[in-house]
Amino acid sequence: MSSASTLIRRTAIRDYGVYLALIVLVVVNVVITPNFITTDNLRTQLVQVVPTLVVALGMALVIGTEGIDLSVGSVMAIAAALLPLYLGYGVVASILVCLVAGALAGLLNGSLVTFAGVQPIVATLALLVGGRGLALVIANGQLKQLYNPDLLALGSSSVIGIPLTVLVALVLVVIVALLVERTTFGRQLVAVGGNRRAAEFAGLPVKRTLLTVYMLSGVFAAIAGVLASARLTASDPSSLGLLIELSAITAVVVGGTPLTGGRVRVIGTVAGALLMQLISATLIKHDVPASVTQMLEAALIAAAVLVQRERRNGR
Amino acid sequence: MIAAIQRHGALVVLVVLLAAGGLMFRTFLTAYTLGNLAVQASFLAMIALGMTLVIISGGIDLSVGSVYALAGVLAAYGSTRWGLAGALILPLVVSGVIGLIQGTLIARLRMAPFIVTLCGLLFARGLLQLITSEGSTTYLVPAGSAFRWLGDGTVLVVIAVVAYLAGGVVLQRTPFGMRLFAVGGNEDAASLMGLPVARTKISVYVISGLLAGFAGVMSAAQLGSGVTVIGVGLELNAIAAVVIGGTMLTGGAGAVSGTLAGVALLFVIQELINQLGRFNSNMQAVVSGAVLVVVVVLQTLLSRARRQR
Repeated sequence: MSSASTLIRRTAIRDYGVYLALIVLVVVNVVITPNFITTDNLRTQLVQVVPTLVVALGMALVIGTEGIDLSVGSVMAIAAALLPLYLGYGVVASILVCLVAGALAGLLNGSLVTFAGVQPIVATLALLVGGRGLALVIANGQLKQLYNPDLLALGSSSVIGIPLTVLVALVLVVIVALLVERTTFGRQLVAVGGNRRAAEFAGLPVKRTLLTVYMLSGVFAAIAGVLASARLTASDPSSLGLLIELSAITAVVVGGTPLTGGRVRVIGTVAGALLMQLISATLIKHDVPASVTQMLEAALIAAAVLVQRERRNGR
Repeated sequence: MIAAIQRHGALVVLVVLLAAGGLMFRTFLTAYTLGNLAVQASFLAMIALGMTLVIISGGIDLSVGSVYALAGVLAAYGSTRWGLAGALILPLVVSGVIGLIQGTLIARLRMAPFIVTLCGLLFARGLLQLITSEGSTTYLVPAGSAFRWLGDGTVLVVIAVVAYLAGGVVLQRTPFGMRLFAVGGNEDAASLMGLPVARTKISVYVISGLLAGFAGVMSAAQLGSGVTVIGVGLELNAIAAVVIGGTMLTGGAGAVSGTLAGVALLFVIQELINQLGRFNSNMQAVVSGAVLVVVVVLQTLLSRARRQR
């Protein structure tokens, strides 16, 4: 009886801990942070979390297959570098080029993982190293101001008070949630991550699933690159997306998707990204030095994962 | 045959590239050029040595780049306060403790190494920022300090070579090395055999922390100060060197000699690109990434072919 209730309590903390932490942090902020509940502030927080959130959505899918994608930051930079090159053909064409580049980057990662059998961390590491260089080569190493009014509108305009970039992120969240929960592809993804060999024996299209997942991650990273550039009103291939792979992985894991694969928690990932954003925003607002912020974040990530860890935890 | 190629693949490529470099550039195969490369490579070599042991145990250590930078600053700080002893003891104690905490979380609380050492990366970088007042304070090693001789190029290379010899002996000839392979190969089996799994895993993270810390000490001795901006992304170079050297990330197998060849390969490729002079630094990153892909794919295919036989 007592052990059963302990188990239920532990499961509850594991599954809902991230929401609980988010609620607690919001309440704390309402109490201690002046001007926290203002539309301006909430809007700023949401706009700032968009790139990490979008990247994390793709990352959640990859991690669901027991993979990882370290190349997302470099793919963002590649997209940012390509964006100004094709603006002459219109914003849509230019963004399409970026998305295709993201898909190709994902195809490269996915092929290395699927056909060559290279471990995901190493396969995507190569693109992390090479991709940033490629972005700088494309952009000739320069930061470019973006002047296209349509693109700038994407970064700064709002619909019924909600910033456009936030709406885009919201749509992507819904799409990924439906993909995972309601489609055959989603079930195959989880099956591949749970036990790849069993999925192969069951006749599931394992290779196609893995390729698709890495391509989706690449496309999402490219979208994040476009959205971030539109908001910055500049294409900055040298620093855009630097270390974002770590924030995205953190959001996914804090949100309850285990690194061992076999489960994808989309809404948890959203909560994880919001939680990380809110933690750093809170600390900055209260003039905590960046160094202490970083150390506290590390401790909080460790605490979150410690709470969620399962009895049989691999690596 | 395949096993031999896979095991010594990095070495073969290294020899080929050195020969090519020697044919293309008269200055390439000189003691001066190669000596310089060896000195530059000695820091990554120390870090990659620890990474090899961690990866053989089935884990990964992402914190090494931050620990390297942190130890460098602590060494410079220590040398200003307590001379040579401070420059050595302070950074090594701190990096050893970071390794101990990481290892304990991984081995005793069964948390994922990737996450724990990612936190270690953030934590060590934060600590580094804290003790340098957000990067604005620079600690200089006093000019006449006995600590400076440690930074002499020859001394650095000798230290790295000795560390690799010791690493090889520990891995191949000691009970600890045997336990490491057993734990990385099959943790459950190792546990059933009664091996001290947790203690072995903790030791490996402590060793990795100490080696990264010592590399930081070496850098402070050579540069004459603690540099706050170094070491970013170094963990990835170290992982790359280990993998290029034939140690698989799945754990349970590997050798430090391969890692040394992997480190040398990374630096020789870099130097060749430099000498070719046609590429700017951005293009170098592209080429490095491409080379990494080729080597890793070859390694993976070879080790697969080996397993199927």
